[in-house]
Amino acid sequence: MTAALLADLPNGAHATVHAVQGNGPDLDEHHLRRLGELGFLPGEPVQVLRRGPGGREPLAVVVGDTLFALRLMEARCIQVLPA
Amino acid sequence: MSPAPSTSAPGQLRSVALVGNPNCGKTALFNLLTGARQKVANYAGVTVERKLGTARLPDGRSLTVVDLPGTYSLQPATPDEQVTLEVIEGRRAGEDVPDALVAVVDATNLRMNLRLVLELRGLGRPMLVALNMVDTAKARGIHIDTQRLAAELGCPVVETVAIQADGHAALLAMLAQWPLNAGAPEVTLPPVLPPTTLALQREVRRILDVVAPQAPGNSLHRLQLSLDAWVLHPVWGLLILAALLFVVFQAVFSWAAVPMDLIKAGMAGLGEWTTAHMAEGPLRSLLVDGAIAGAGSVLVFLPQILILFFFILVLEDSGYLPRAAFLLDNLMGRVGLSGRAFIPLLSSFACAVPGVMATRTIANWRDRITTIMIAPLMTCSARLPVYALLIGAFIPEQTWFGFNLRGLVLFALYVAGVASAMLVAWVFKRVWLKSRYQPLMLELPPYRTPSVRTLALGLWERATIFVQRVGTIIFALMVVLWFLSSYPAAPEGATGAAIQYSFAGKLGHWLGQLFAPIGFNWQISIALVPGLAAREVAVGALGTVYALSASGDAVAEQLAPMIAHSWSLATALSLLAWYVFAPQCISTLAAVRRETNSWRYPLAMAGYQFVLAYAAALVTYRTTLWVMGG
Repeated sequence: MTAALLADLPNGAHATVHAVQGNGPDLDEHHLRRLGELGFLPGEPVQVLRRGPGGREPLAVVVGDTLFALRLMEARCIQVLPA
Repeated sequence: MSPAPSTSAPGQLRSVALVGNPNCGKTALFNLLTGARQKVANYAGVTVERKLGTARLPDGRSLTVVDLPGTYSLQPATPDEQVTLEVIEGRRAGEDVPDALVAVVDATNLRMNLRLVLELRGLGRPMLVALNMVDTAKARGIHIDTQRLAAELGCPVVETVAIQADGHAALLAMLAQWPLNAGAPEVTLPPVLPPTTLALQREVRRILDVVAPQAPGNSLHRLQLSLDAWVLHPVWGLLILAALLFVVFQAVFSWAAVPMDLIKAGMAGLGEWTTAHMAEGPLRSLLVDGAIAGAGSVLVFLPQILILFFFILVLEDSGYLPRAAFLLDNLMGRVGLSGRAFIPLLSSFACAVPGVMATRTIANWRDRITTIMIAPLMTCSARLPVYALLIGAFIPEQTWFGFNLRGLVLFALYVAGVASAMLVAWVFKRVWLKSRYQPLMLELPPYRTPSVRTLALGLWERATIFVQRVGTIIFALMVVLWFLSSYPAAPEGATGAAIQYSFAGKLGHWLGQLFAPIGFNWQISIALVPGLAAREVAVGALGTVYALSASGDAVAEQLAPMIAHSWSLATALSLLAWYVFAPQCISTLAAVRRETNSWRYPLAMAGYQFVLAYAAALVTYRTTLWVMGG
């Protein structure tokens, strides 16, 4: 199975986090570490619930038992294995 | 980072610090332990500064309890998280390191909360775990084997329910009998390198398999999911948000009418009674024109303030606010603001001072400054009396497409505040405070039924604050203003009202020239000056100035009909426009000075607000005159 980006998952899709990796210059290592501290860690189950008005961002994402709002830029740094 | 040695006798617990993830109930537990009334709400980042309190243990000893801002990890990303780390590591100047840590854990979300517990355990400090919200966890079918958990973590675990009156009993009992040294975790030394978050999570998964094997992973409560299907919906969600705001502003006018009339009648009665039972003289004038007409005209707005806060508190406690942030994030991003800015800005609807402090949850300094700079453009509750007075006096009680017209105008004023804030932020981010992209990463907490107790306490507190302000600052300023407006007395043979010859009258006439182009008369110009100390004072000041301007023995009329009679619509609208920007609030400027440690930002703030207020009032005044064919 090939890894996809969390940002590219359709609404409602379940997946498992594969890796958190920088994607472009906008997020630095602190931001990436924070994503991990929020629970975006390899092996954790995620689900994209829905996207905000306009259909692009932010994304409402369940990771573990917690719901977070992420902008596209963050969601592009999270590689997932679709379930 | 070796912790400072504790100075207490061995085994004697003198202080504990509450540490945990954001929104796990630390402050609710703190309030329960200490009898304090710190603000609690259902979103991350309510507590941004450490708070001290004293708990009484069952055996009569007292214990210092430190409430700390929530943190996701021991690698602080924001100024409020920095506070937490400094306190628990004893690096805070002049403060002892707490004897022990109470790790507060949300039992419904161990998956996330236990990571921090494991990180805290690595510090090697005496620690116990308070498993909070166990009632909710049980209701959701999450059964946690606390004994196994204690064994796995190597520290005591107690169950707590911070929203129940006796929900801290087990914690108190444990703290009383906790032998400090024996209770310390069996960690010999802090690890040389802190474990990676991934390693922590592996350990959490292993522990969860042991202590709560049936706990459903990757699942939110079904009720939350079905509610969020509507609340976060791109179309329905925005409609719900608009409808909610609408109801709030309609309610502020339509529900408040009866209690406001009662207070008005009471004040008028008090004024007449005083006039009838006292000899004519300066003291009677001070009481009737200064105290009753001045402070009383502010007190009238108590019902409206309480209705506004009722809605704010319900929205805060339910968990709706971060959802609103989710819906509006596109807008925030477009003007270059961090999504994190939403909650500080929302707090500013109550008062900009806590709003400015709440910006500590924003990691990026320039983003934080931008948010601070626009916080006072959110319509704070102190502006409500001014708006309500002018709307009540000048906008007819009509329905427009089924909506109360006054409520609509109030809604428009709030929208004008938000819109100008967005515009100002956009300009600032482009010319002055450029920063890189800022992520959102905002937790959307589970919904909770607003607690009646929190609501009642919150409203009581608001009412107390408001009445205290009326009774102290506002009353004192009214007395000063009465004095300045009454002396020096009018010369022999003077024709106009005495106030025109007084200090305030002269100041008003001088300021009046400055404000004449935007349609303010000298009475308004006087009222703006004490409004510096508190915005709602302007209403009281108008009350005093007009009461003193009334000629002869005529009992002062109510303020609203009086200004409706003597101002033009253009002047009223111009004053409303001025108050959207309202540059005069010393407490906000002082808070900005404190938070930024520089005079530069408060001065810039006052400057830009003054320019915008003057410009907006000028445009409004001229446009209204032109439209009315003046």
